[in-house]
Amino acid sequence: MSKTLYDKIWDDHLVHTQDDGTSLLYVDRHLVHEVTSPQAFEGLRNSNRKVRQPNLTLAVADHNVPTSDRSKGISDEESKLQVETLEKNCEEFGIKLFGMNDKRQGIVHIIGPEQGFTQPGSIIVCGDSHTATHGAFGSLAFGIGTSEVEHVLATQTLVQKKSKNFRIKVDGKLSIGVTSKDVILQIIGKIGTAGGTGYVIEYAGSLISSLSVEQRMTICNMTIEAGARAGLIEPDEKIFNYLNGRPMSPKKENWDKALEYWIKLKSDGDANFDKEVTLDGKDIMPMVTWGTSPQDVISIDGRIPNPENEADEDRKNSIERSLKYMGLKPGTAIKDVKIDKVFIGSCTNGRIEDLRDAAKIVKNKKVAQHVYAMVVPGSGLVKQQAEQEGLDKVFKDSGFDWREPGCSMCLAMNADKLKPEERCASTSNRNFEGRQGRGGRTHLVSPGMAAAAAISGSLDDVRKFQN
Amino acid sequence: MQKFKTIKSIPAYLPIVNIDTDMIIPKQFLKTIKRTGLGKNLFYEMRYNEQGTPNDDFILNTSPFNDTKILIAGKNFGCGSSREHAPWALLDFGITCVISSSYADIFYNNCFKNGILPIVLPEAKIKELSEYSKRKEEIIINLEKQKITFGNNEIDFEIDQFKKKCLIEGLDDIALSLEKNPKINEFEKKLSSNRPWILND
Repeated sequence: MSKTLYDKIWDDHLVHTQDDGTSLLYVDRHLVHEVTSPQAFEGLRNSNRKVRQPNLTLAVADHNVPTSDRSKGISDEESKLQVETLEKNCEEFGIKLFGMNDKRQGIVHIIGPEQGFTQPGSIIVCGDSHTATHGAFGSLAFGIGTSEVEHVLATQTLVQKKSKNFRIKVDGKLSIGVTSKDVILQIIGKIGTAGGTGYVIEYAGSLISSLSVEQRMTICNMTIEAGARAGLIEPDEKIFNYLNGRPMSPKKENWDKALEYWIKLKSDGDANFDKEVTLDGKDIMPMVTWGTSPQDVISIDGRIPNPENEADEDRKNSIERSLKYMGLKPGTAIKDVKIDKVFIGSCTNGRIEDLRDAAKIVKNKKVAQHVYAMVVPGSGLVKQQAEQEGLDKVFKDSGFDWREPGCSMCLAMNADKLKPEERCASTSNRNFEGRQGRGGRTHLVSPGMAAAAAISGSLDDVRKFQN
Repeated sequence: MQKFKTIKSIPAYLPIVNIDTDMIIPKQFLKTIKRTGLGKNLFYEMRYNEQGTPNDDFILNTSPFNDTKILIAGKNFGCGSSREHAPWALLDFGITCVISSSYADIFYNNCFKNGILPIVLPEAKIKELSEYSKRKEEIIINLEKQKITFGNNEIDFEIDQFKKKCLIEGLDDIALSLEKNPKINEFEKKLSSNRPWILND
């Protein structure tokens, strides 16, 4: 029988299946961070259980770490305790940890690929919804809760029911100034935040395969914003080249064996998908969110929608609530919306290509006077690379704050946050109420669009800044 | 895990769609290293004013809903972050049953690990129940019979039979999986020859 890529990965990881279809799957790679793991380790201790495969587990502190000078440690007592708890747990259970001052430290979904820990055809989990990111490598990667983290630590397996197959095909080319962030925002706008619920999405089509490895990660990363269990892309030469020689990539004869296996990882030509959606690259514009859900998205030429035009009562109420929270009026051109802050970073857009995209726009220009703009590289290695390329100087010269790596203002767990009613152009993934700080107003955009907004002081069209 | 028993409670209705886990429990409360104590911060930003005083208009701050065990809400409940702090906060508040027309995947799974029953009903039934909730009368959730009783009416609901069994018996997932240890060993043995790079590099 013909199979999708998801079907194949699923089958290759089946340890046991019950009569009702509930299955036990083997987990190849487990990423751990400080926020969703303390209770899991505590659970292991209370039941006197060990970590079954410490070598398949990699830990890093990212959510709570300060992005300012770290030489004095963490001043917030609770954050400090959580990071120290991770350190202690890793030591006790024999898990490899990138400490706060390790140059390899960074956002868990950036360091996995960077180290070669993320590999095609594997099952990767983490107590974090943006684990979907790793699907860019043709792995089945998804977020789990803390009880499941404990389950994986104890058994190296996870209890799952199979999802349905959903293919999103994007053909054609990206127009100038349009990025994979715009592609995924447009997809979420089209299918909605629950459009993927119950499915694993495979992204396919000529536009998807033309994307770089890092651009693919942005797409898979936000799959969770469409509600899907995971998002993945068939691995190809670009992926294999990216992984070759990374510290945790397979070595020598194992590399050859891995490659032989990886090359076969693709959906069969006649495989059945339960749902399909198609997009054309030429219809994708630079996008921006106006509301408090990632599906509340319009092109930069668009206007704020009017709830009165909605027939569906729930949708109408939801738009009204969003507009009230966002302090926006129906019919306003989104380009007329003034911003206070700009955040460039996160597991969605904190990689080197993202920083290059943004730097290109701000080079030799100044951040608008009323705007505070910050860049938070996704990892210590991204930061180091950017500094080698002189990007830090470009950002600093134009008035950006250049910071230490971490999750930062994507979720505002550390000191980086919006004040009530402050408005931010952000390259992160969620514009939920209060996400970047209580009362804060988030507009999700690509790195180039965030850079354009920083210079203009309002949401603006990145294409205006292209030479 | 606590065994799930039949619930009798006055349900609270929150007429919002896409309630995300940031809304259920904001990030400042994720710094805990415990599972308990989050109930007071459930729905924090809606429940408290900026000064930290209770918002009297919010349903869970008003009697009798402040004692509810059942929450009815709009579709796609629990979307966003995977934080299990969301079900922990619900549980710590006393809510052991959520009723919605749909849930986000991770939240849905997290509920079962904590003895919370997330019931899925068609929109029309949600409407019926939410109307009924205005009467401030108790309703009964019977998981064994998969039945909600309100006044003289009843609604049947569907649920995965394995998940139902785990809730009713309060089964520990990890203990169940550890019983499969011989199968895991066998899988790892095959793995070391089929995909040796997974275990070796």
